[in-house]
Amino acid sequence: MTIPSPVSERPLKSDVAERIRRSATSDRPFRYVLRATAALFGAVIVLFVWSIVKTAWPAITSNGINLIIGRTWIAGSGPYGALPLIIDTLSTTAIALIFAVPVGLASAMALQFQVPQRLRGPLASLVELLAAVPSVVYGLWGIAVMVPFFINTLEPFLSHLTGSSWPFNGPQDGFSILLAGIVLSIMILPTIVAVSRDVIATVPIEVVEGALSLGATRGQVFSKVIIPTARTGLLGAIVLGTGRALGETIAVAMVIGSNAQLPHSLFSSGATLASIIAVEFGNSVGSEGSALAALALILMVITGLVNWGARALTRRAATR
Amino acid sequence: MSSTINGLPPDPILERRELIQLRASQTIARRTMVSRVVTGLLWVGLVIALIPLGSVVLALIDKGVRFLGWSFLTALPQLPSLASLNDIGGIGNAVAATLVIDALAGLVAVPIGVVVGLYLSQGSSRPANFLRTVVEIMTGMPSILLGVFAYEYFVVTMKSYSGIAAVIALSMLMVPVIAKAAELAFMAVPSSLREAALALGARESRVARQVVFPSALPGVLTGVLLALARAVGETAPVLLVVGPTISNLWNWNPLKPMTPMPMLIFGYANSQYPSQRAAAWGVALTLVALVVILTTSSRLISARMRRERHS
Repeated sequence: MTIPSPVSERPLKSDVAERIRRSATSDRPFRYVLRATAALFGAVIVLFVWSIVKTAWPAITSNGINLIIGRTWIAGSGPYGALPLIIDTLSTTAIALIFAVPVGLASAMALQFQVPQRLRGPLASLVELLAAVPSVVYGLWGIAVMVPFFINTLEPFLSHLTGSSWPFNGPQDGFSILLAGIVLSIMILPTIVAVSRDVIATVPIEVVEGALSLGATRGQVFSKVIIPTARTGLLGAIVLGTGRALGETIAVAMVIGSNAQLPHSLFSSGATLASIIAVEFGNSVGSEGSALAALALILMVITGLVNWGARALTRRAATR
Repeated sequence: MSSTINGLPPDPILERRELIQLRASQTIARRTMVSRVVTGLLWVGLVIALIPLGSVVLALIDKGVRFLGWSFLTALPQLPSLASLNDIGGIGNAVAATLVIDALAGLVAVPIGVVVGLYLSQGSSRPANFLRTVVEIMTGMPSILLGVFAYEYFVVTMKSYSGIAAVIALSMLMVPVIAKAAELAFMAVPSSLREAALALGARESRVARQVVFPSALPGVLTGVLLALARAVGETAPVLLVVGPTISNLWNWNPLKPMTPMPMLIFGYANSQYPSQRAAAWGVALTLVALVVILTTSSRLISARMRRERHS
């Protein structure tokens, strides 16, 4: 004799089977709620993308390709050329990465393997705390601590060292692409350290012990075992930091000097895609609102691609 | 190297052994050197990382602590003057605005985030996979873009800056964070538990409510607290939608312009009054303290969770 399966569609006679069937069907509302909420969230995201595309559309049709390759950005009347903003966004991010990647990876490895056990917990907590500090606080710190340091010490020093030649020429008033890049690097440092430390922790201890038992020195274990094994995940951490640097708004807006011009040197003021939206959006007039939305669209595409890449990398590292 | 002893011809075996020993000791010396340099560089990296990060913490404490106190947190700001440095009053209305905006954002984002997480944890159908990718991309979306969105849909249609527009932008930032944490927490619930409840005849909604949800609660809570910590400090989207001027008056109505704490820091940092520039650090320390409380409780919960799972 076969026992009827509760999921079968055949009409069932017994009370128990009937209850099972009913309980299964009466859960449709629950599934509908789940799907409806998921669909609502998806719809809001679609609306979000659509609203930016829609607002940007007039600027895209009237400026065309000049929106991306145009060299001048004049608020209010146009023309709206985002090339200076794109260059400033990329150069501040590049400066941030030049400092944050080596320092971050070294700190992650030092934290994981070198620091005495007793200090490891507090230092790791400090790093995680700093990853959570709001960016406006980093901006405030940039204005109050770093700007005076730049004006009095770093900029005269760099300029003197290189005889005021490129890229260390120009105004020495603190607010600059260089400062924005350095503040960014300090902001993404905790992210890079925290994520790459997690990645390093997944390197199997057997591999490390195997290398040590074969007579490898600590340095060789770092450079020949840990970094190659964790390569994909470390790259993911770096790309994650890159995404954060590209989209960071307030801290950059506070220290970059908000000036949409092609940079002459590292000391010139500038504006990034994100920072100009923050500064200009509130008092934009005429066609500028649409042009700023077009910048938002460019930024959305760039950071979307970067984050998608980072997720793919970290996931591949996790599943391997 | 000893080539001849007592005029005898050189012993090739002995010579070779000495050569090997010399090379070996040279190699070991070189490898130890290189290793020392590498580990030294790691230390240097850690120190370089800690200098600016430590400077941020020190500046916060050094310049912020003197403001902290009950009256600073609850009183209204006083109109600044160029003459006096100590007439700042309090930031009560900004604290109130932050509490109202972030509580409302939590009220919107927590149910949606938890249910989206539950949906994602239930399998990998094509829509679920797509939504998962959307959630992950949204986690890294620059927050200013959500400010542009909230401006277009709320400030423009309501014809007024408002706290509620900030609520929308912030809740959209919170949902992906909560959904991701909730998905992981729901997936960590042993499927044997879920199956046992189903086998006892419980409906799926009841299983979710009475079995899955209670055992996933700490994980969900961790995500909620982290999302709140992020929302509390967000400045960029808030700046676009809460109103261009800093308010000096009480306002608990989120349909009107508000000045939450991050916006106040931004305004004070660029102020022409030295007293306001100084007070920016008091607001910053208050905000960081709030963020620290949220992230620390999140960490404590997840640490306790890990302990319980291991025991």
